[in-house]
Amino acid sequence: MAKTSEKPVPMSTRPPPPLAPVGDGNESALSPPGRPRTLLATDKVSKFYPVKSGLFGRSQQVVRAVDGVSVRVRRGETLGLVGESGCGKSTLGRIMLRLVEPTYGRVIFDGRDILPLSHAEMRPLRRKMQIIFQDPYSSLNPRMTVRDIVGEAIRIHKLAATKSDEDARIALLLQKVGMRPEAMDRYPHEFSGGQRQRIGIARALAVEPEFIVCDEPISALDVSIQAQIVNLLMDLQDDLGVAYLFISHDLKIVEHVSHRVAVMYLGKIVEQAPADALYREARHPYTRALLSSAPSLDPARRKLRVLLEGDAPSPIDPPAGCAFHPRCTRAIKGTCDKEVPALAETTPGSGHRVACWSPYDAEGK
Amino acid sequence: MHEAGARAVPTGLLQWGRFREHSAARASVWVLGVVAAACALAPLVAPYDFDRIDLDSLRQPPSFAHLMGTDDLGRDVLTRMLFGGRVSIVIGVLAAVVGTTVGTAIGALAGFYGRFVDGALMRMTDVAYSIPTLPLLIVLSSYAHAKVGAMVLIIGFLSWMTTARVVRAEVLSIREREFVEAARGLGATSARILLQHVLPNVLGPVFVGATLAVGNAIVVESALSFLGLGVQPPTPTWGNMLMDSQATMATKPWLTLFPGLSILVVVLAVNFIGEGLQQLLLPKVEKEAT
Repeated sequence: MAKTSEKPVPMSTRPPPPLAPVGDGNESALSPPGRPRTLLATDKVSKFYPVKSGLFGRSQQVVRAVDGVSVRVRRGETLGLVGESGCGKSTLGRIMLRLVEPTYGRVIFDGRDILPLSHAEMRPLRRKMQIIFQDPYSSLNPRMTVRDIVGEAIRIHKLAATKSDEDARIALLLQKVGMRPEAMDRYPHEFSGGQRQRIGIARALAVEPEFIVCDEPISALDVSIQAQIVNLLMDLQDDLGVAYLFISHDLKIVEHVSHRVAVMYLGKIVEQAPADALYREARHPYTRALLSSAPSLDPARRKLRVLLEGDAPSPIDPPAGCAFHPRCTRAIKGTCDKEVPALAETTPGSGHRVACWSPYDAEGK
Repeated sequence: MHEAGARAVPTGLLQWGRFREHSAARASVWVLGVVAAACALAPLVAPYDFDRIDLDSLRQPPSFAHLMGTDDLGRDVLTRMLFGGRVSIVIGVLAAVVGTTVGTAIGALAGFYGRFVDGALMRMTDVAYSIPTLPLLIVLSSYAHAKVGAMVLIIGFLSWMTTARVVRAEVLSIREREFVEAARGLGATSARILLQHVLPNVLGPVFVGATLAVGNAIVVESALSFLGLGVQPPTPTWGNMLMDSQATMATKPWLTLFPGLSILVVVLAVNFIGEGLQQLLLPKVEKEAT
């Protein structure tokens, strides 16, 4: 705990990780030969859930939880994923780990399409990708001790030769997340929310993953604990080079932890950019609205106020054209309500992509 | 509770302590233990032979010679209670074990695998539910020739349905919990997830169901004995003693009272133990968290 918790949380975006300079070239001089910088990519993944309706439960309609999303996560990088509740953030994260099978699309991990793999073939890959959950109460089995919870991963993947070796590893993991090894023989209910979240992180780290989906890892925690957990995650990234998909609806935190940020609305990515660019010059009206909904101390930012009206439409029957157009102040009749805008780069090489027919320009007009 | 003290104690002892705090359960362990021991040692502790007919002392009320009186054939009721308890308790406990095991397995598979497996198993459960139990019992036991083992299986296989439904419902909720998803994310096999993560979390209701099933099995056995299809005379069971005495309940109440009370006490004790076990097995925080 000592090492991770005392750092203040400066509210600035992070510099790019050493392995991932901005730009989208597939190889760089810094990455080891034969190892592409992209660790994980989704290729137009969609997840449709059938909606049962009518007396006999015949399903005619589908919920488009995730609708044709292509994103990539680079080694050692944090990709922030923001959006309102129900926009499909968590589903996308679970698709990446193949905890949810997408209806369409491909998931490429480390150069391999993982969707056709069998359970047995997936197992070695599961070692490389892990998840940290939102609710530290439901994410730990109440009937297992911390030793069993953290040690399960070690046993499944046979990472320890002997029992004492296993214990040593568990103790080390607990130390790494700022807990004392004596915690091993206790049950989850004996810990606070923040401590439980640390145990969840230790479990994810036990297999030495290269990629961790953090599914709103701090939104269930007290504000005072949030910074500790965020700093822990960032320190672990610096030490271990692990890549994160950091899902949150808290823009401040996402800005703080992410190298790049993707904004999701109704199952689609509407804007994606390096973190500083996104917060400095958001192009999509929805991103602007999200940003202005977060309180800011920076007067320059307060100018950007865009207020959202109404609720997000139902993903069962999303609006035609751009799904955001009914709430958008800049919607163009005849275009936005008819045609779906593609996610396109604003200026070549910037890495800033937006899906909008009438985006803001860099000056915010 | 007492967190500070608890930390120093190994967890096993802590949980045993929690069980002992449940005073009704603690008392029940003693009661059941004494009753079961007395029944098990019946040949040693019983004052008479269970089938010895004494025509000189027919239908005597409780006295020092016969602590629980004698029945229509002059047999000592206490002796018959002790021997009868062996059969009743064995049938009750084993039938409950069989029924609970079958029900848990079916409910867990249905809830865990869902879809087609769920549909098939639960329709099977519905069918089993809709069979009128008593006629089927009568038919089956007429083939089984009143052997204790056969009775256990018959009663057990006719009483798993409620457990199956309860377990299925619990499994449906547990399998959506994030720790199950975490286990899948670690690459755990389905069998491991089911046995390590899901089943231990549904044991509470299972134990309660099992204790209820003990009582039910004892009662079903009595019903069958009454119909002449259970364990055959002269072997006594609490059930057939109770049934034999029905006609004379008003005039010779001791013949009804003692077997009836024993069934009541045993069933109640088992229920309390089940409740205590539930507290032992479910960490108390579950209540705080949900």
